[in-house]
Amino acid sequence: MAKTAQASANTSLFSADLMIPALGGAFRKLHPRALIRNPVMFTTAVIAALLTILLVIGQDGLSTGFKLQLILWLWLTVFFGTMAEALAEGRGKAQAASLRAAKAELTAKRLQGDSLIWENMPASALKLGDMLLVQTGDLIPADGEVVAGVATVNEAAITGESAPVIREAGGDRSAVTAGTRVISDEIRIRVTAGPGQGFIDRMIALVEGAERQKTPNEIALTLLLVGLTIIFLIAVGSIPAFASYAGGSIPVTILAALLITLIPTTIAALLSAIGIAGMDRLVRFNVLAKSGRAVEAAGDIDVLLLDKTGTITIGDRQATEFRAVGGHSAEQLAHAALLASLADETPEGRSIVLLAREIFGQTAEVPADAQIIGFTAQTRISGISYGRHTIQKGAVDSILRANPAVAETATATELRRITDEIARAGGTPLAVAKDGQLLGAIFLKDIVKAGIRERFGELRAMGIRTVMITGDNPLTAAAIAAEAGVDDFLAQATPEDKLDLIRKEQAGGRLVAMCGDGTNDAPALAQADVGVAMNTGTQAAREAGNMVDLDSDPTKLIEIVGIGKQLLMTRGALTTFSVANDVAKYFAIIPAMFVTLYPQLGVLNIMGLASPESAILSAIIFNALIILLLVPLALRGVTYRAMGAGQLLGRNILIYGLGGLIAPFIGIKLIDLAITSIALV
Amino acid sequence: MTIQGWLLIAIFTSLLLLLAKPMGLWLFALYEGRRTPLHRILGPVEAGFYRLSGIDPAEEQGWRRYAVHMLIFNSMLLLFTYAVLRLQGGLPLNPLGYDGPSADLAFNTAISFAANTNWQSYGGESTLSNLSQMLGLTIQNFLSAATGISLAFALFRGFARREAKTLGNYWADMTRVTLYLLLPMCVVIAIFYVASGVPQTLAASVDVTTLEGAKQILALGPVASQEAIKLLGTNGGGFFNVNSAHPFENPTALTNLVQMLSILVVGAGLTWTFGKAVGNTRQGWAILAAMITIFLVGVTITYWQEAAGNPVLHHLGAMGGNMEGKETRFGIAQSALYAVVTTAASCGAVNAMHDSFTALGGLIPLFNMQLGEVVIGGVGAGIYGFLLFAILAIFVAGLMVGRTPEYVGKKIEAREVKLAVLAIAVLPLTILSFTAIASVTEAGLAGPLNHGPHGFSEILYAFTSAVANNGSAFAGLSANTPFYNGLLGIGMWIGRFFVIIPMLAIAGGLAAKKYTPETAGSFPTTGPIWTALLIGIILIVGGLTFLPSLALGPIADHFAMVHGQLF
Repeated sequence: MAKTAQASANTSLFSADLMIPALGGAFRKLHPRALIRNPVMFTTAVIAALLTILLVIGQDGLSTGFKLQLILWLWLTVFFGTMAEALAEGRGKAQAASLRAAKAELTAKRLQGDSLIWENMPASALKLGDMLLVQTGDLIPADGEVVAGVATVNEAAITGESAPVIREAGGDRSAVTAGTRVISDEIRIRVTAGPGQGFIDRMIALVEGAERQKTPNEIALTLLLVGLTIIFLIAVGSIPAFASYAGGSIPVTILAALLITLIPTTIAALLSAIGIAGMDRLVRFNVLAKSGRAVEAAGDIDVLLLDKTGTITIGDRQATEFRAVGGHSAEQLAHAALLASLADETPEGRSIVLLAREIFGQTAEVPADAQIIGFTAQTRISGISYGRHTIQKGAVDSILRANPAVAETATATELRRITDEIARAGGTPLAVAKDGQLLGAIFLKDIVKAGIRERFGELRAMGIRTVMITGDNPLTAAAIAAEAGVDDFLAQATPEDKLDLIRKEQAGGRLVAMCGDGTNDAPALAQADVGVAMNTGTQAAREAGNMVDLDSDPTKLIEIVGIGKQLLMTRGALTTFSVANDVAKYFAIIPAMFVTLYPQLGVLNIMGLASPESAILSAIIFNALIILLLVPLALRGVTYRAMGAGQLLGRNILIYGLGGLIAPFIGIKLIDLAITSIALV
Repeated sequence: MTIQGWLLIAIFTSLLLLLAKPMGLWLFALYEGRRTPLHRILGPVEAGFYRLSGIDPAEEQGWRRYAVHMLIFNSMLLLFTYAVLRLQGGLPLNPLGYDGPSADLAFNTAISFAANTNWQSYGGESTLSNLSQMLGLTIQNFLSAATGISLAFALFRGFARREAKTLGNYWADMTRVTLYLLLPMCVVIAIFYVASGVPQTLAASVDVTTLEGAKQILALGPVASQEAIKLLGTNGGGFFNVNSAHPFENPTALTNLVQMLSILVVGAGLTWTFGKAVGNTRQGWAILAAMITIFLVGVTITYWQEAAGNPVLHHLGAMGGNMEGKETRFGIAQSALYAVVTTAASCGAVNAMHDSFTALGGLIPLFNMQLGEVVIGGVGAGIYGFLLFAILAIFVAGLMVGRTPEYVGKKIEAREVKLAVLAIAVLPLTILSFTAIASVTEAGLAGPLNHGPHGFSEILYAFTSAVANNGSAFAGLSANTPFYNGLLGIGMWIGRFFVIIPMLAIAGGLAAKKYTPETAGSFPTTGPIWTALLIGIILIVGGLTFLPSLALGPIADHFAMVHGQLF
C-alpha cells in the first residue's frame, strides 16, 4: 500500500491519471446539495446562476460579450473550487484502490468449537468473535487477536515493509490485520472486527474522504468566512441606493462581480482540499489518523510523552564493559563472550565482538566443529558449543536457570551483585557461562539516538515539552534524559503512572501526545489528546489510539506534530492571502464602477487599467485563476519550520499578508494587458 | 502645520500615556472590588445603596443574568428619560418655560443618552429645561458610562477567570464605578471648569449690553457639572447647541486640553486594567500601542489636511489652512486633534464643525467611527469592541503559527469567532443599510443641506455617528424630523445593545474555559508583531466594509475639490 502511495505521491499533481477522474468529480460536486456545504462557494454559484438568467432576460446596457465572459469566469471560480477538492480526494482514491485489491476475495477457515475442524467460508460472512485458523501461506481474512500460536507475518500490504514481523498469542504483539500474509507457522485468531469495520475498511474510508467531517478549527474558519460574506453582501447591497443618490445606477452584473471578488472565495474554494490533503500527507507518511480532529490536535500539542527504548535510545544496546566474577579475568570473560557472539548478528552481539577487539585486541574465527546455539523465546539463551566446550550468553536469570548447579553458589551471588550495579547505572547486564561456570556479565548500555538531541531542541523551539517515559530507575533515567536533552522524565513508570501524568498535564490545560503499543498502554492512549498506536501493537492499543503508525516508529510523533501545524498554517496563510487580495480588487473595481457617477474617482485607478470593463473582467479572472494557482500549495501545505511562534507569524504575514496585498495588483494589471491586447473587451 | 501644533499633539499623547497606568490601577481596584481610599467616606453610601435596594454585591451573575439585568436597567432608564422629557412643560426648574419635545425627538433623545451616544437633534439651550438636562440627561451620562465600564469588567473577567460560571455582579459594578470613579472625578473636573469660567447656576440667562450697545441674552445653566461627565463618560451631549465650541462650555486652551484628556483617560486606563486582570500588563500596553498608532495616523492626516486648507480658496487668494467652522481661540491644531479624539472615543463632543472640515480631514473622524470606535474608544465600549477585533486577529494569527488560536490563555474556538463576527457585523450592517434607506427615500433626502458627495457624507456621517454611539454631528443635516429621529434612534439602540449581547456571550463562554498556559509555540500577544496585526485587521475589516461608501462621499468630494469643484 505504502509503495503505491509513494508512487502516487511522486506522480505530478496535474498528471492525466489524477486529472481525468478529478474532472468528473469536480462536475459531480457542482450539485447544489454538495455545494451548500461550502457557503461561500454556494453564494458564488447562486450569483453565477442569477447572472446567467439575467443574461437571457435582462437589459442593462453592457455588451453581451463582456457579460458572457464574466459569467463564464464566475462559473469557473466555482468549478476550480470543486476541482481542488476532487483533486485532493483523487490521490486518496488511488490509494484506496490498491487497498481494496489487498482485501479482495479473502477466504477464512472458521474453526468449529475448540476442535481443529474448520469450514471454508468467504471473509465477508465472518462475525465478531469467530475463531479462525490461519496457516502458512494464508492471507489473514479478518482483523483479529492471536489466541494461540506464534507466526511470522508479512504485513507489506499495509505497511509497505517487506520484513516479516512476529505475531504471537498474549503479550503486545497479538493483533493481526486482514490482508496480511502468514509466512511461517500457524495461528488461531479471534475475529475482533465485523465485516466492513476492519482496519483496511477504515483506511479506505479515510483516504477516500468518505468519513470526512469538518474539524473544530475548520468550522470556526467557515463561520468567519460566512461572516465576511454577509458583511460584504451588505457593503455591496447598499451600493445601488448610494448610486441612486448620486443620480446614477450600477448594473447588477457589475455589483455581482464586485461581490464575488470581495468574498473570500480563494480560501473557501481550497478549504476542504487543505483538510483532505493534510490527512493524505499523514497517510503517505504511513500514519493513519482516525479523524481530522486528531490531526488538528497534533498541531496543538504541548507535551510529548516518549518511551525511552526505541524512541530516544536505539532499541539495541551496546556492550561497554566486561565484569568478571568468581576469580575469572575480564580477558577470559571477553574471549568467551566473543566466541559466543561470533554468530550473533544482532547489533548487541556485534557490539560485543567489537568491544573484545577494542579492549583486549581479541579476534577469533568460528571453530570448525562449532555448533551455534540459537536464541529461542523458550530458553532465552544463545551461544556456541565447540569441542568439549559450551559457552552460554543470556539474561542472568536464564543463565542461572540453565545452570542450576551454580545457581546457589557464592559466585552466583557475586554475579547478582554486579548485575544489580549495572542495572543501577542504567545498563542491561548479560551473563556469560562457560561449561557450567559463571564467568561474569557484559555491561550493555543504552545508546541515545544520533540527532535526537537536535530534534528535542526543535520541539522546544516549537513550544513542546518532551517527557521521557522509562521503566529504568530514576538515576539511570536522569542520566539518559540529560544526555538526550529531554525536558523531563518519568522513571520506573507503570501504565498507571503514565495515565496519571497525562491527566495532570491535561488538568493544567496542556494537550498531550504519546505513543504506545501494549494493551496496558491503551488507557493512556485513549486519554491522550493524540495517541499514536504502533501497528505492531495489540488490538486494544490500536483501538484506543486516534492514530496508528504503520511503520511502528515512535519518533514519528515529531513529524505528526509538524503535519498538524502545517495543516492549520496553510488555512491561516490562505485566509490572510484571500482577504489581503481584496484591497487590490477594490482598486480595480471601485473606480471602474463609480467613474460614470463621479469622473474624478478615475484617479483611484492606480493600476492604469484600460477600461472599466477590462478592469472588472481582470479582477474576476484573477479571482478565479488564483484558486487554480494555489491548488498545489493547498495540497502540499505551506512550508513549516520549527521556530518560535513570533518568528513564524512574522514570516507568514510577510509572505501571505504582504504578498497577498501586492500580488493581485501585478496579476490584475497583467491580465488587463493580456485581455486588452487580444481584444476580449 | 506649525511646531506648536505638533508640540500640542506630542504633549497630549504623552500626558495620556502617563495617565494610563494610574487610571488603570484605580479601575483595577474597582474591577476587583477592593477597598480604595475613598471607601472611608463613600463606603457607607455604597452599603446603604445595597441595603436600600436589597442587592447582595457578592452574589455572582452568569452572563445571561448580567445581560438581562443590564438590559432591564437601561430600558427603565430609557422610559424614565422619555417621560421626563415629554412632561417637561409641567415640571419645575423650567425657567424659560419650554414645552416638552415632540414624541419622536423625545424618543431619539432618550435612546441617545441611554446608549451613551448623545446624538442631539435639538439645540440644548433652546429646547430643554434645567430639570431635563439634569434629571434626564446628566443622570444618563453617568449611568450609561458606568454601564460601559461594567460591561468591560465583565468581559475582562471572562478572559481572567478559569472554569467559572459567572462574570460578577452588574449592580455592584455599576455602583462602584459611579461612586468611586465617575462622581469624584467629575466633582474635581467641574470645579476646575468653574474656575476657568464655565457657568454653574440654575439661573436661566443674563441680559447683557454689548460694546455696540445692543442687548443680548446669554443662556446659562448648570453647565460645568454636565460638561465634566459629558467628556469623562464619553457622552458628548453638550449643554449648548454648538457643544464645546461654545465659550461657556470650553472657554480656554487649557479647558480644551483637559476636555480631550478626560475623553480618553478612562479608555486608556482600561487597557492597563485589562492587562492587569489577565495577569500581564504588557498585554494591555500592546493594545494601547495599537490604538495610539491608529490614533496618531488619524491625527496626522486630519491636521495635515486642515492645515493645507482648500486649494479652491487658495486660487481665490484666501491662503492658509481651513478655518471654516473653527474657533479662533483654538485654531487648526486644537480643532483637528479634538475631532480625532472625540471620534476615536465614542464621545462626540465637538469644538469645531466637522462638516466644514476638508473632505479628507473630515474622513478621518468618519472612518474612526466606522472602525467601531475602538481607537481607545468610549468608556468600556472601546476596549470591549477592540477585544472583539483581537479575537478575530488572534484567530487568523493562531492558525498561521499552526495552533488552535489562544488569547491570554483562552482558546478561541468556533463559538467565539461566530459571536465576534456577529458583534462586529452589527455596525456595518446597520450603518450601511440605514444610510441606503435614507439615500433613496424622500424623507431621507430632505435632510442634507448640501448636494453631491458632500450631502451624501452628511447622511453617512449621521448614521455612522448614531450607530457607533458617537453622537457627534457633521452638521448640515436637518435631523429633527420624525424620519431621522426615528431611524437614528433605532440605529443607536442596535449599535449599543446588539454588540453588547454577543460580547457578553463571549465573556460567559471564555470564563468557563480552562486556562491554557503559554508556551514558545503560542504566539506572544505582547510584541510589535501583534500590535501590527491588530492594526492591520482593524483597518482592513473597517476599510473593506466602508470603502464604497467613502468613495462616494468624502473621497469623491476630495478629488472634486482638487479639480476645483466644491459642494
